[in-house]
Amino acid sequence: MRSLRAPAAVAVAVLLTAVLGACSDDKATGGDSTAGVDDGAQLTLWTRAATESVSKAYADAYNAGHKNKVTVTAYPNEEYPAKLASAAGAKALPDLFATDVVFAPQYASQGLWADITDRFNASGVKDKVSPGHVRAGTWEGKTYAVPHTVDMSVMLYNKDLYAKAGLDPEKPPTTLKEFAEQARKIDKLGGDVNGTYFGGNCGGCVEFTFWPSVWASGGNVLDDKGTAAKIDSKEMADVFALYRSLYDEGVAAPASKDEAGPTWLGALQSGKIGIAPGPSVWLGMIEEKGVKMGVAPITGLDGGESTFIGGDSIGIGATSTKQAQAWDFLNWTMSEAAQVEVIAKNKGVPIRTDLASNKYSSADPRIVTINSLVAKGKTPYAKNFNASFNDPQSPWLQTVRGAMFGDAASSLADGNAAITKSLQQG
Amino acid sequence: MSMTMQRPAPPAQGPAPRRAPTNRRTRTRSLIGAAYAAPTAVMVGLFFVTPLLLVVWMSLHKWPLLGQPTFNLPDNYAGIGDNQLVGSAVWFTLKYTVIMTVLLFSLALGLALLVQNRRRGVGFLRTAFFLPMAVGFASASLLFLGLLSDEVGPVSDALRAVGLVDGYVSWTSGSANSALGSTVVLVLWRFAGFNMLIMLTGLQAIPLEVYEAARIDGASRWQTFRRITLPLLRPTIALVLTLMITGSILAFDQFWILTRGGPDNSTTSLVMVIYREAFIRLDLGSAAALSVALLAVLVIVNVVQLGVLRRRSH
Repeated sequence: MRSLRAPAAVAVAVLLTAVLGACSDDKATGGDSTAGVDDGAQLTLWTRAATESVSKAYADAYNAGHKNKVTVTAYPNEEYPAKLASAAGAKALPDLFATDVVFAPQYASQGLWADITDRFNASGVKDKVSPGHVRAGTWEGKTYAVPHTVDMSVMLYNKDLYAKAGLDPEKPPTTLKEFAEQARKIDKLGGDVNGTYFGGNCGGCVEFTFWPSVWASGGNVLDDKGTAAKIDSKEMADVFALYRSLYDEGVAAPASKDEAGPTWLGALQSGKIGIAPGPSVWLGMIEEKGVKMGVAPITGLDGGESTFIGGDSIGIGATSTKQAQAWDFLNWTMSEAAQVEVIAKNKGVPIRTDLASNKYSSADPRIVTINSLVAKGKTPYAKNFNASFNDPQSPWLQTVRGAMFGDAASSLADGNAAITKSLQQG
Repeated sequence: MSMTMQRPAPPAQGPAPRRAPTNRRTRTRSLIGAAYAAPTAVMVGLFFVTPLLLVVWMSLHKWPLLGQPTFNLPDNYAGIGDNQLVGSAVWFTLKYTVIMTVLLFSLALGLALLVQNRRRGVGFLRTAFFLPMAVGFASASLLFLGLLSDEVGPVSDALRAVGLVDGYVSWTSGSANSALGSTVVLVLWRFAGFNMLIMLTGLQAIPLEVYEAARIDGASRWQTFRRITLPLLRPTIALVLTLMITGSILAFDQFWILTRGGPDNSTTSLVMVIYREAFIRLDLGSAAALSVALLAVLVIVNVVQLGVLRRRSH
């Protein structure tokens, strides 16, 4: 008997899988199937470590009021793309997975997310959510992912160090040149204190913090289709030159040159950096360490403001058999209740543009500053974004290193050609 | 391998009724032999030959993560030449292999000679040298990342305290040489003990009588080492060198964790390029083509290496 049990169990499992698969396919493709289903399904959600707290907050709030239950698993940021690729290769993607918004076009083009065009169109929030995220989740006219979190780059400055250096803590810089001057003044405090800090060995960090200055100065970085680089410009060269001078003068902490990302937050939390561009979501994490922070927009060389609208996109795993239930969760995360009571309440930026000012945001003027930047920012779009810009072996990081610490004159022209080639690779 | 792949005795020719039982016995014996070998054969087939064939098959196709592959020979192979990273990675991997093999071999042989004879404290030393092997390689890399970090690690502080370095220093990404140096130290620490152990078994397999004879003949220490130890250790040296060279050509973990291939791609190994093709560019076909090319190089290197060492040992 025992020897028969195992094959029988396998057969039953195969049958069940086939039946369940057929059921869910019906739901996914049937006529009036754009609504979510809340029938007590167990849903798996994968996310990167940087987004874990927000994804878990969504899941906890959703689980409290629904029969479906979402379980969140987070992976280290650097390992996450490989984890997703392996899961896709094994046709074992989770029911839901989030990713850095700039990687979304690549996953959408590879078909790793299920097509949610009809559901998203019928949701009623299509025109009310972060447009950069929506575009990132769109491939050949179809929607594959919706906004999950919004994180923007801003100037974060240490109010105590400002006061000590004789600067007005309520008057942050209004141009990038002013930023450099204020950083120099703070650096003169001496000791462990440095004027500024940046991730000089991290492609993602530099694009997130330097590009807004290029945009605010009237320059561009990429063409609209994401197939040609535009970094060989005067604006880009000037922004690099300004940061390079801060590093050469010792105003930027020496560790800035080797900062690959992991110790970036720690440097700002130390309370020994005067002013530095960084993610808006770090405001709370820095203040937790007892550092009094101010927030200001990232500016252009002679004025203007912009921001890199980053964060995460999320979609339904293409191999998931619970697409209707997964959509129920996604649709709920975009609701006013979720955005105000989960995101805004925890000082996050709502993915809904119509909820930028809400009952929680008005309590902290810094949050108002952050939220007001959404309209002025950009989310760059390119299918090969990771390989071209974020990966440690990307041509962009090579360009950054050249412009900041090597041969500045040739690096932008060479980099432009190399990045364009990478962007156009099949 | 050649030991386990002996052919069964050829069946006897022509009808020979008297020899039938012997024939049957031979067949039974070869069947039993096959049965003994079957589990290993199945494992090798399932986990080595099948993936290998799949990789070769993949290298001939444009292979999406989901969906149908399309045949595209020779695009994936032609693309290797276009990939700018490949050139620098090949050069770096070769450089690393030479440096690593020379240093690791010298250190491991030195350690093995040091703890070769039974003396007081030798057991402790052998254990101490071998102990790093008990730490997983990825964990060891993370350990070094922490130890060498200027923010949290004690190494920089200690060197500053004795006045060897001054101010901020980044071992793992400050310069190409310091990044390579950190990795070399890590690999030496992690693998010297293991290779020492292999060489120790080789050393102990040399009959003491040979040494005694040499001593009676008045051979000096150097002559004994040069004329007896080294020649008799040759098969072990062949094994150790093969392991070291293969391991270095396939280096990945240490660079991925400790230096992330930087600074400025100066420590990007070939396997890291394969990883980038597969998991960053999501181009499995191109990654497979690079893997096949690397495999071909490895096979050639090993054949040449074993051929040379074996010929000399005869």
